[in-house]
Amino acid sequence: MGLAKFSLKKSLWVYHLSAGSCNNCDIEILDLLTPRFDVERFGIVLVGSARHADVILATGIVNKKCLPRVKRVYEQMPEPKLVVAVGGCACSGGIFRTGYNMAGPFDKVIPVSAYIPGCPPKPEAIIDGVVKLIQSLNGKLPSNSK
Amino acid sequence: MNEILFALVSFIVFPGFIFTAVGGLLVAWIDRKLTARLQWRVGPPWYQNFVDFFKLMGKETILPAGARKISFLLAPIMGLVGITLVSLILWQMNLNPGTSFLGDVIVILYLSVLPSLAIILGGSASGNPLASLGASREMKLMLADELPFIIAIFTPIVAIKDIKIGSIVLYQINNGMMFTHHLSSFIALIVTFVCIQAKLAYVPFDIPEAEQEIMAGPLIEYSGPPLGIFKLTKAMMLFTYPVFLITIFAGGMRFDGIQALWSIIKYFVILLLIIIVKNTNPRLRIDQALKFFWLRMFPLAIIGFILALLGI
Repeated sequence: MGLAKFSLKKSLWVYHLSAGSCNNCDIEILDLLTPRFDVERFGIVLVGSARHADVILATGIVNKKCLPRVKRVYEQMPEPKLVVAVGGCACSGGIFRTGYNMAGPFDKVIPVSAYIPGCPPKPEAIIDGVVKLIQSLNGKLPSNSK
Repeated sequence: MNEILFALVSFIVFPGFIFTAVGGLLVAWIDRKLTARLQWRVGPPWYQNFVDFFKLMGKETILPAGARKISFLLAPIMGLVGITLVSLILWQMNLNPGTSFLGDVIVILYLSVLPSLAIILGGSASGNPLASLGASREMKLMLADELPFIIAIFTPIVAIKDIKIGSIVLYQINNGMMFTHHLSSFIALIVTFVCIQAKLAYVPFDIPEAEQEIMAGPLIEYSGPPLGIFKLTKAMMLFTYPVFLITIFAGGMRFDGIQALWSIIKYFVILLLIIIVKNTNPRLRIDQALKFFWLRMFPLAIIGFILALLGI
């Protein structure tokens, strides 16, 4: 499994899942692909289909409309899969935690591997979170199919 | 016995599968790195595509509920075999023109359709509306680019009146590069270059895989090893098509003395042109692409063909 784990650490393909966010975190995530931060240096690429992805970058509270879709996208991903919650809303619900249509936050719905708080988190903070996630992979391959 | 062993080695190791795969992944890295530099970014390290491939090999394969399972799983292998054979035949002809057989150009033309067919088959088999949309676009693009492509490939054959790749290579060894000696071949080179851009599904013609409209198109339902094989096939195509272009039009890949350096320079010039065209153009719609190939490239190819018949 050495090669597979090494490869996974060096090439995380990211699927961006926006579940009722205010678009602020999404803009910061797109900043990561711009020349200033350029996460393709580390092999991180944004992919269009959940089937290709290793990581879900999840933003926003999970509202009641989104809930089935979020679960379905997570189930569509092939193992090994990881979820990173980006932003205050995704981590804890933020100011919407008592909202009438709140079904989240994300860790109530799907297993979350890393939390990146902030409203929105700076691109540096997101990179820091992803680096910590990669370091945490050194232990064992993630398997969320408990 | 020895011949069988030699054939197996040349199919699997050099210049067959492993050589083309390693070369393809390296060339695909050059593509990614140059793209990044052109966008003022740093870009991935050289082993990035190898890592991507091994990662995909280690992931789970999901069979979608609505998919035709056998064709869904066989399609990537079909494409891989096709491009491996194209590469094998091309390199054999280049390294040893004497092994050429009658009509090998036609064999290569047939085999080089296999990757596109594999994408159509796999996309249609995966039972996803976006994938079938991508597959239908791939089919239309194939219909569009095959016509000028085949006419352009046959132009130098008509010019030297011999239908063997080996003879074309030998002719060029004796008389210099095809496209500098024949105006018809120069026109055919331009047409073939544009068609290759479409065959690779690179940016002005990346209509089947249009990331922003239909995600990954035919590949949308693929995950794990089959996706890895499709990506490998794509990389191998990028590695092989410039060799094809050089073999037919620009003197062939030769590795004796100073010619080796010259071959590598030719190869990288064509690769660079493909990547720059990819990075400086917007995507066409499928109807625009069809019009472009049938109303612009096809008459150009016909003009080249008539010039070749006249012996120019």
